Amino acid sequence: MAERLTITVNGSARAVEVEPDTPLLYVLRNDLALNGAKFGCGLAQCGACTVDIAGKATRSCVTTVGSVTGKPITTIEGLGTVEQLHPLQRAFIAEQAAQCGYCINGMIMTAKALLERTKLPTEPQIRAALADNLCRCGTHNRIVRAIQRAAKEMA
Amino acid sequence: MVGPSAFGLALSRRRFAQGAGALVLSFGLRSRVGLAQAAPAKLPGDLDHDRRLDAWIKINADGTVTVFTGKVELGQGAKTALAQIAAEELDVALGRVELITADTARTPDEGYTSGSQTIEYSGTALRFAGAEARQILLELAAQKLGVPVERLIVADGVISAQDKPATVSYWDLVRPGLLEREATGTVKPKPAARHTIVGTAVERVDIPGKVTGGVAYVQDLRLPGMLFGRIVRPPSPGAVLTALDEAPARKLPGIVAIVRDGSFVGVVAEREEHAIEARTRLRAGAQWREQDSLPDPKELEAALLALPSQPSTISQKGTPPARTTKTLAARYARPFIAHASIGPSCAVAELRDGAYTVWSHSQGVFPLRRDLAKVLNVGEDKLRIIHLEGSGCYGHNGADDVALDAALLARAVAATGPGRPVKLQWMRDDEFQWEPYGTAMVTEIKAALDDKGMIADWHYEVWSPTHSTRPGQRGGSFLLAGWYLDKPIAAPTPVGIPLPAGGGDRNALPLYDFPSQRVVHHFTEAQPLHVSALRTLGAHCNVFSIESFMDELAAAAGADPVQFRLAHLQDPRGRAVLEAAAERARWQPHEKGDGSRGRGVGFAKYKNLSTYVAVIAEVAVDRAKDTVRVVKATAAVDAGQIVNPNGLTNQIEGGIIQATSWTLKEAIKFDRRRILTESWADYEILTFPEVPAVDIVLLDRPDERSLGAGEASTGPMAAAIANAIANATGARVRSMPLTPAKIAAALG
Repeated sequence: MAERLTITVNGSARAVEVEPDTPLLYVLRNDLALNGAKFGCGLAQCGACTVDIAGKATRSCVTTVGSVTGKPITTIEGLGTVEQLHPLQRAFIAEQAAQCGYCINGMIMTAKALLERTKLPTEPQIRAALADNLCRCGTHNRIVRAIQRAAKEMA
Repeated sequence: MVGPSAFGLALSRRRFAQGAGALVLSFGLRSRVGLAQAAPAKLPGDLDHDRRLDAWIKINADGTVTVFTGKVELGQGAKTALAQIAAEELDVALGRVELITADTARTPDEGYTSGSQTIEYSGTALRFAGAEARQILLELAAQKLGVPVERLIVADGVISAQDKPATVSYWDLVRPGLLEREATGTVKPKPAARHTIVGTAVERVDIPGKVTGGVAYVQDLRLPGMLFGRIVRPPSPGAVLTALDEAPARKLPGIVAIVRDGSFVGVVAEREEHAIEARTRLRAGAQWREQDSLPDPKELEAALLALPSQPSTISQKGTPPARTTKTLAARYARPFIAHASIGPSCAVAELRDGAYTVWSHSQGVFPLRRDLAKVLNVGEDKLRIIHLEGSGCYGHNGADDVALDAALLARAVAATGPGRPVKLQWMRDDEFQWEPYGTAMVTEIKAALDDKGMIADWHYEVWSPTHSTRPGQRGGSFLLAGWYLDKPIAAPTPVGIPLPAGGGDRNALPLYDFPSQRVVHHFTEAQPLHVSALRTLGAHCNVFSIESFMDELAAAAGADPVQFRLAHLQDPRGRAVLEAAAERARWQPHEKGDGSRGRGVGFAKYKNLSTYVAVIAEVAVDRAKDTVRVVKATAAVDAGQIVNPNGLTNQIEGGIIQATSWTLKEAIKFDRRRILTESWADYEILTFPEVPAVDIVLLDRPDERSLGAGEASTGPMAAAIANAIANATGARVRSMPLTPAKIAAALG
C-alpha cells in the first residue's frame, strides 16, 4: 500500500506517496522529475542509476525508498547546474568526457564519493573505483582524465 | 511467430520473387532519385534528397538560424559537427545555430543515421545550402548598400563593405519565403583555408545537459498524463502463447490495460514500478509452446557454413600462378555480438484523435514510420515520429522495436478512453534477448607466396547472414512485435547491402595489390538468431580475418608485418597511416614478443572507400592468471578534412575500446531453444581497469572530403589484438572472442 514518505533530496524535504519497497530510482525520476539517475539494468550491475546517500555511492535501482527516509540523498542535479557547475561536471565538459553520456551520471556520482574518501586518487585507484560502472561508448580514458582534473581542482 | 529465425529457411526460395531491387535501405532514396525520369542535375550530398533550401536552413528575424537535418545525434557528436558546418558557411557564430534533428513533420528525409555517413551526406548538404543562403543574403545586401557582392564581407551575420561604414544584417534582410526555392548547388562552399569554425575542437553542445541531469534522452521525456508500459516477451524466439493468467497482475493498483494480441503481451500502468511488477506476474502466469529453433552453439561455424546461401564472386582478377613456394589456408570466425546499450531501448507513444505521435531514438524516423504504418494499419500521414536521443546504440538495437511496442500499448489505452502517452523502456533482459545482434560470420582464406615472399594469389570467402533488418524494407516488417500479433506482419526476406559499402562483404576486398585474387561472398538468407546492423557490419570480421592472415603470411615469408603490408600496398594514404602508426608506436622491424607481452598491427580503409586507420596494439598475456589484456593502442587516422579533431579522436578511441571488448570478451550465449544472455552477468564487457591506453595521431587532409570515422577503427583493432597475441605468445587464435582459454588451447 502506498504511504506518505518524506525523503531529503538535494537538501530539500520531499513528500511522496508510494509503497515503501519502491526502488528509489523510480521515485526520483517519476515523482520528483529528476533525470540524472538512469535506468540501466535494475540489477545494480551497471551503475547508471548511482546517487549519493549519506556520502556513499549507491545504486538507486535496488535501494528501496523506505530504507532511505531520514538520510541525505544527493543526485547529480544537486551537485551543480549548467550555470554553476560542480568541479566534476566542469571537468567532464573540459575533457569532453562523454559520447552518448547515458552512463555519465554514474561516473560522476561514483567519482564524487571517491574524491570525498581520497583527495588525489591515483589512476589505478580511479579505475578500480569505477570497475563496476559500465561504459559502452569507450569513453573510459576521458572519464579518468576528467576525474583527475576535478581532483586537482578540488584538492 | 513469423520472424526470421523460424522462417528464414522456408522463405529462402522466395528471394528472387520479391527480390533484389525492392530494398529500401539508406541508399534507397538515392537510387530512386537516380531512376527518376528527366531528373534535374544531381545536388551535392543529401541536398539531392530534399532540394528546397528552406528544408535545411531558416534565417530568423530574431538573430538566430534554424538548421534542419534528417540525421540524428547518437552520442557521436553529430549535432555539434553539423552546427559547425552550417555556422561556417553562413558566417554566423555557432551559438546562433539551433539544430533540429530527424522529425517526420519537420526535417528532410535522410534515411538512416548509419554507416558513418552523417558528415559526408548531411554535412555536404548543409555546406552547399549554407553557402547558397549566404549568397542570396549578400545579393540583397548589395542592392541595399549599393555595393557589388564581391566587395561585401560578413561577420556573424552582419554584412558590410570593406570601405564603407554602412552595415546590414541577415536579420534585417530576411523576409518570409526568402529561402523557399530550389537549391542550385552552384555556390561554392568556403575553401578549407578560410575555415574558422570547421576544423576546431569546439565543445559538444549536448554535454552540459548530460552532466547536470538535464532532459537529454527519450528516457527523460515526461508528458502530462503519461502512463508506463512494459512488455512480456516470450521465453524463446518463436514461442507461442497458450495461456495467460492476468488476475495476479490486475490486483496491482493503477493497471490501465493488459494487452494480449496473439503472442504479444504488454501492460500499461499509472506507475512505472507497477508496470514492472505486473510484467513479473504476467510472466509467471504465461504458458508458452516452445521449440528448438536455434543452432547448436558448439557447432556455430559449421551451422553458418551449412546454411543455404547465394555465392557471388565479388572480385576476380589475374590467374593463379603456376609456381608458388608456399600456400597457407585458415578459417576465421566471429560470434553473435550484442549492441549492449547501457540504457535499454525506450519510446513514448500517444494515439490521439486517430493520429500517433512517437518519440523514438530510432536511427531512421522515416523508415520507421513506414513500418509502423504497416503494422498499425494506418496511413503514414497518421504517424509523426520525432527523434530524441537514447543511450548509445552502435547500430540497430531495440530502438525501432520498442517504438512499435509503445505504439501498440498507446493504441490499447486509446481504445478504452482518451489517448494518453505511454512511456515504455525495455528491461535489461528484453534488450539482451531481443535486440537484433551483430551477426556471427565465418571466413576462409587461402593464399600463396612466390619465391620472393610476395603474395602471388589470394582466395577469400565469407559466409554471413544479413547485416540489415532495419525497418523500411518492402514485403513485410522487421519490427519484432508484428511477428507475434494475432494477425502477424511477417518479416520480409532480408536482402544484402550492395557493394561498394557492402554488408557481410564490407571490407572483404583486400586493399592490397595482389596479382591474382578471387573473393566470394556467401549471403545466407536465414538468420540463425535475429540480427541487424552493428557498428562496422561485416568489416569487423573481414578486417580481422584479412589482417590476421597478412601476419600469418608475413611470418611464413619471414617478413616484418608492417613492411610486408607496405610491400603490397600502393595507396599513398594507406601507406601514410601505416607509417605514421609505426613511427608513433616506435615499431621495430621484426620485433618479437617475450612470451607474455607483444605487439601487432592492423590496417583498413573503412568500406574500402572511407577513413583510413592503422593501429598497433600491445597485449599482456598472463598464462598463470589466465588473463589477456590490451595494454595500449596507438592509431593513425586519415578521415580527410577534419571537422572537429576532438570529436574525431573521441570516435576513433571509442571504436578502439569497443572493439577491444568485442574481440576479447563478447559472445551472446544461447542453447538450441533460448537466448541465455539476460544481464551483464552473462555478457561481460571491458571494464575500467581493463581499458587500454589509447594514443591517436590525426593526419589532416584539408583538401580531401571529410569522411565518417565512427566505425573505422574497429576492424583494424581486432586484427591488431590477434596479431599482438600471436606475437607475444605464438598462439594464433582465429575465432573471436580471443579468450585466455583459446590462447591456452592454441599453445597446446
